This record gives sequence, structure tokens and C-alpha cells, in this order.
Amino acid sequence: MLQGFFQIALTLIILAVIAPVFGKYMARVFLKKSTLFNRAINPIERFIFAVAGVRYKDNMTGRQYIQAILISNLVMGVFVFSLLMLQGLLPLNPTILNAPSWDLALHTAISFVTNTNQQHYSGETTYSYASQMLALCFLMFTSAATGLAVGIAFIRGLTGRLLGNFYVDLTLSITRILLPISFCGALLLLLAGVPETLASPAIVTTLEGTTQTIARGPVAHFEIIKQLGENGGGFFGINSAHPFENPNTFTNLLATITMLSIPMSLIFTYGIFANNTKQAWLLFWMVFSIFIVLVGITAVAEYQGNLFVNNTIFGGEQPNLEGKEVRFGWAQTALWAVSTTATMCGAVNGMHDSLMPTGGFSTLFNMFLQIIWGGQGTGTAYLFIYSILTVFITGLMVGRTPEFLGRKIEKKEIVLASLVLLVHPIFVLIPSAIALSFPDTLAGISNPGFHGLSQVVYEYTSASANNGSGFEGLGDATLWWNLSTSISLLGGRYIPIIALLLLADSMAHKQPVPETAGTLRTDTLLFTSVTAGVILILGVLTFFPVLALGPIAEGFQLLRN
Amino acid sequence: MFIVRDIIKAIRITFVLWLLTAVIYPLIMIVIGQVFFPFQANGSIVQNLEGQNVGSALIGQVFTSDRYFHSRPSAVNYSSFTQQERDPENIGQRTGVSGASNFAPSNPDLLARINETAAQLEERGILPTADLIYASGSGLDPHITVEAAFNQLEQVAKARNLSPDEITPLIAKHTQGRFLWIFGEPGVNVLNLNRELDVLQAPLE
Repeated sequence: MLQGFFQIALTLIILAVIAPVFGKYMARVFLKKSTLFNRAINPIERFIFAVAGVRYKDNMTGRQYIQAILISNLVMGVFVFSLLMLQGLLPLNPTILNAPSWDLALHTAISFVTNTNQQHYSGETTYSYASQMLALCFLMFTSAATGLAVGIAFIRGLTGRLLGNFYVDLTLSITRILLPISFCGALLLLLAGVPETLASPAIVTTLEGTTQTIARGPVAHFEIIKQLGENGGGFFGINSAHPFENPNTFTNLLATITMLSIPMSLIFTYGIFANNTKQAWLLFWMVFSIFIVLVGITAVAEYQGNLFVNNTIFGGEQPNLEGKEVRFGWAQTALWAVSTTATMCGAVNGMHDSLMPTGGFSTLFNMFLQIIWGGQGTGTAYLFIYSILTVFITGLMVGRTPEFLGRKIEKKEIVLASLVLLVHPIFVLIPSAIALSFPDTLAGISNPGFHGLSQVVYEYTSASANNGSGFEGLGDATLWWNLSTSISLLGGRYIPIIALLLLADSMAHKQPVPETAGTLRTDTLLFTSVTAGVILILGVLTFFPVLALGPIAEGFQLLRN
Repeated sequence: MFIVRDIIKAIRITFVLWLLTAVIYPLIMIVIGQVFFPFQANGSIVQNLEGQNVGSALIGQVFTSDRYFHSRPSAVNYSSFTQQERDPENIGQRTGVSGASNFAPSNPDLLARINETAAQLEERGILPTADLIYASGSGLDPHITVEAAFNQLEQVAKARNLSPDEITPLIAKHTQGRFLWIFGEPGVNVLNLNRELDVLQAPLE
């Protein structure tokens, strides 16, 4: 057990070392300072800007930034939807797959354009190599870059800068961050055994004479951006548990680190923009503390295993290995499960449906809050939404005018911040209630009892939080699930983005107030602790009844048996 | 008017980024893979003594004979099927599949399946371990724990008329350790171990 916790701790230490450095690098990229690869990348970017007709120096207003995001995402979504529907006619389809149903293709396109990658299909049996490579992998880059751009524009506004140009941010995210790292990572994965081929599945005769069909494809390049961009949509149905996506303990470590690195580092990127590294470290440790508590309780429960099975079969403690791979074991699977829901990646290396109730609790908890690292770019922005609300609440308590970074927080900002927080419960709880009202026709629950409730709520939470993981036993390949989760996907992505950018725009245009002895400082331990309290109260209380009826009740049920 | 200009700009950026991330980047990776690492890039396919493809070094297989070490329970039967089960209508047999049980810990079906597996293990005289009782995540798990391999050692040795001491070094040889001796868990690659057992006895047959 100690060895397991040692691996978890070491992984987190590696990340805590990487994050400040990587955060600084990203800050340099978006502050348009020269970086290491300038000479190699500049001509590529100049070519992109020339073809796209983007003027590098143009700044956008909040409205223009929002419009650019919505229109470009719409164009990309329509393009990918058409590619998916034309799958049967396109080349690179060695297994001769037909086009998916329109509702599945629509759900897939929306799910990938919103950086969610919720999958109501198995990659092997549904999408051809062309669809995975030309359609889905493309959105993995652009949706991640869109998220990053939003995060950066928000930080710019918060720190009193102009928002920048969406098309420039989108391009820089890809050419200077996502693509170079993907390139190196894909090479490492390839070396470690992840396939990268256009050949059809291998059909072999096994040692015992049966026929085995071994699915393969261009996986390595897909896999790395899946992790790095917090996308999480697997090439194969079973995602990173598949030995071709994640063949050994090295690839697992690499995948865990790439999955956590950008959301962790963005806090330091903010620190550099705001010229306040102290505040960045305080926020980092605050999120880190909540994160390790969740990893801890999840790992302990998986290590202790299923009480009922332990008593009847083993007569002693054995870890819960249902839905887990031997090479990852309880420790790496627990760390991954919490990380993937914390960062809104959504890739899985073990089945979340088969996690102990504590695991179900932690994963849902992460997706309810959306700030324990949080999604690519947006997670960091949500973190500051909570900071702004804390400034407001503490301001009310002590009777001061609320200010954040020397700018007054007024009615407009609070309305927008509240809107960002209210969107999530609306798009999770209302559709869940509808689906649960028709358990036989709509819900598609596969596990009885309290766990069934968790399955339905998890699916909508994952959609609205743009996470993409699932309690995969759920029968979600239906018209109802495809369309209803599509609404949660869109609502959970674009409404907060619009509110965030409007908020950033209004902050950017405020006159900074000089700091006095009466100013409430936001880079103190006290303020950070209060922020943690606000996060837990505002974020969790909304969803507490669901947690109590789902994983908590299931936990007690298992104890009673 | 502004909208039209924005749409055209969006189409242009979509096109150029698509070219970069969905065409150029994958093509470079595919070429590197096929030219420099063809074994890994094509799925680590391994052959038997006669040179026929028998599987992938990274993907597990079903073993039922006493002469072989057995793999973990799988929800998808390791993406394999017998002659009788062949079904041209079944897409999965053409494309390959992966999958898990997705049973919650509180699901009675999980307990029923586990009792069944435990009874089978008892019949063969094998002490149960967690990995042999619980089904894997991918349904294709190539590994069993070292303990599970040693629990099967005696039965396999007996069926092959070997002494366990002759097999023990092979278990160690096919154990994939932790990365840097720290990360992950050690696992015995069942297919590679069983292939080597066949090689070991090939001259005798």
C-alpha cells in the first residue's frame, strides 16, 4: 500500500516541478515574447495568418472575440459532421464501416467541438480511420486551443489588458504549445508500442486455434493530443485501458503527466500576467490540497476492495480490480480517475462504473466543481470566478467596496459570475430529473439501486462539465441520450464562455483604483482559505442531495451487507 | 455583411489548421512509424515457430488448456471467436472489440459472476487472486499478477511433464516490471510466457 502512495506522490511532485516552468512558457507565448522555437515556428505562423487573412496585431472587443469563437466553432462542427456522415464514401475505411446514424454523428461532432469527447459509440466498430484522423483528431486540437484562448483572454481582461485576437490565440496555442508537445509525445508513445498504421485490423489464429481480431490504426498521434488537450475521446472503445492506447507503465505515467500539465500550469501563467507569483502559488496549493484529498480517499477505497467479495472469496483484503488493468493496479487507476475528472480530460484507464462508491463520489465531486484544475483554459477562468465571488462576499461582510486586482467588482460582474455558476446545475439536474422520470424508456440504467441514479447524473454532469468520461454501463447510444446530452454539452460550454469573455471585457475597461491600507489583499493565506470555503459551499451544496442519494448511499449499502 | 466576412475568415482558418493538424501531422507520424519502428507501428504482432502470426505482444488471449497459463476474465472474450461462433453479420468480428463488464460494486450480477469464476478456479485447484477473479478494464489485458502466475505454476508444469523449476525462470523473464522500479504494477505477459513454453517443448514433440 505504501508503494502505491509513493508512486502517486512522486507523480504529483514531478507535476509540481513542471507546472511553474510550463506556465511561464505559456505566458511568454501569449505575451508575444520570443520563445525557444521562434525561428522554426514563425514562418509556419506567417503562412497560416496569410492564408486565413488574420492580421496579427488586431485586437478584438469582447463581442468580437465571442463572435469569432462561435462562428469558427460552428464552421468546424459542421465540417466534421459532414465528414462523419460521408464516412461510407471516403477512403481510409479498411473495415468498410457505414455512416453512423445522424443523431450519433451530431452528438459526436458537438461533443468533440466542445472539448468534451463524450462517446456514445465504440471507436473500433463505428468510425473509420478517416473519421478518427481527419475529423475527430482535428477537433481535438482546435477545441483544446479554443479553451486555451478563452482562458488567456479572460486572464488578459482580468489583469487590465485588451483581450487579444481569437484567431491569433487559437493559432499560437496549436503551433507553439499543442502541436510541438504532441509531436514529441507521439514519438515516445510510438517507441513504447502504440500503433501508428493505416493497415486493416490484424486477424490471427491464437495459440489455442481460435480467431482473434486485433483492432489497430493511426493511434499514437491521436493518443497524445487526447491527453494533452483534455479531450479524452479514445481511439478504441475502452479508451486508455486498451493496451494499444496505453501499453505499459511508462506510457501511463506520460499520459497522466500530459493530462494534468496544462490546467496546472495555467495558474502560473496567470501569476505572470498579474505579476503576482505569490497569489498563483497560493491558488495552486489550495487546489492541490483538495485534489490530494480526493486522490487519497479514492485510492484507499480501491486498495481495500469490495468488502462483499473479500468476505466470500478471499477471506482477506484484496484490491478492487474489476474494470482495471494489472499493469496499472489500484494506485495508478485511482490517480488517473481523479485526475481525468479533475482536468475535464475524460479519458479512462479503468472503468469508473466499477469504482468503489468513494471513487464515484470523487469523480462526480470534481465535475460538479470544475475548478480542481478544471478544463483546458476554462477551469482556470472558473477559479477566478470563485475568487471574484469571494471578494464580493467578504466585501459584504466587512463593508468594503469589493475590488479584484485594483478593479471594482460591480453589479454586472456579479451577475455574469453567478450566471457562470448557475449554468452547470441547470444543465445537469433538469435533464437528469427528466431522464429519471422515465427509468424504463429513457434512462438506460444498467446497474440497479443507488448506482443507477449516479449513472444518469454522471452522464449529464460529464456532458455539461465538458469532461467526457462516463459510467459506461449506461445504455446511452439512443436518440434521447444523443440529443439531450448534446444540449448539456452546448449549454455547458458556450454560455459560460460568453459570460467569461463579457466579464473580462468589462474588467479590462475599468480604471484601476490605487491600492490603499484599506484594500482587501487577494494574495494572502486568509483570502485563499476563504476562497476554498466559498468554493466548497457554493459549488458542492447545490449538488449535495445528488451525492447523498448516489455514491454516499451506495457506500452505506455496501457497508451494511 | 460583417457576419459574412467572419464566416469566410472562419472557413479559411479551419481549412489551414485542418491541413496542419489532421493531414500533415498524422502523415509525418505514420511515415516515421512505418519507416523507423514498423514492429511497434503495426501493433507488435508476434509469430510462432512456423512464422505464422499468433497475436500481439501487447494484447491478451483466451487460454483454456491446462498446458497454458490462463488469462484474466474478459467481458469481450479477448476479441476472439471460434469457427462455430463465426458470424459475418457481427461487425465486431471484422473490426475487433474491447470492453468491460461495467458492473458496479453493488451489482448482484457482479457477485454472481465472481462466484462462478471462483468455482472454476477451485475446480482447477488454483488459489484465487484479485486479478483472476475480477474482469479487466479493456477485456484485452495481456497481464496477470506474478502471484497469479505462481498459483498456476504447478498445474501447468504437471500438464507439460515439466518440473516447476524449469518454468519459474520464464515467469521472471516475461514479467514487465514497474517503470523505473516505481510506477505501475508488475505483470506477467501471458501470451509471451505461453509462447515460450511451446518453444521450450517444441523439439520434444
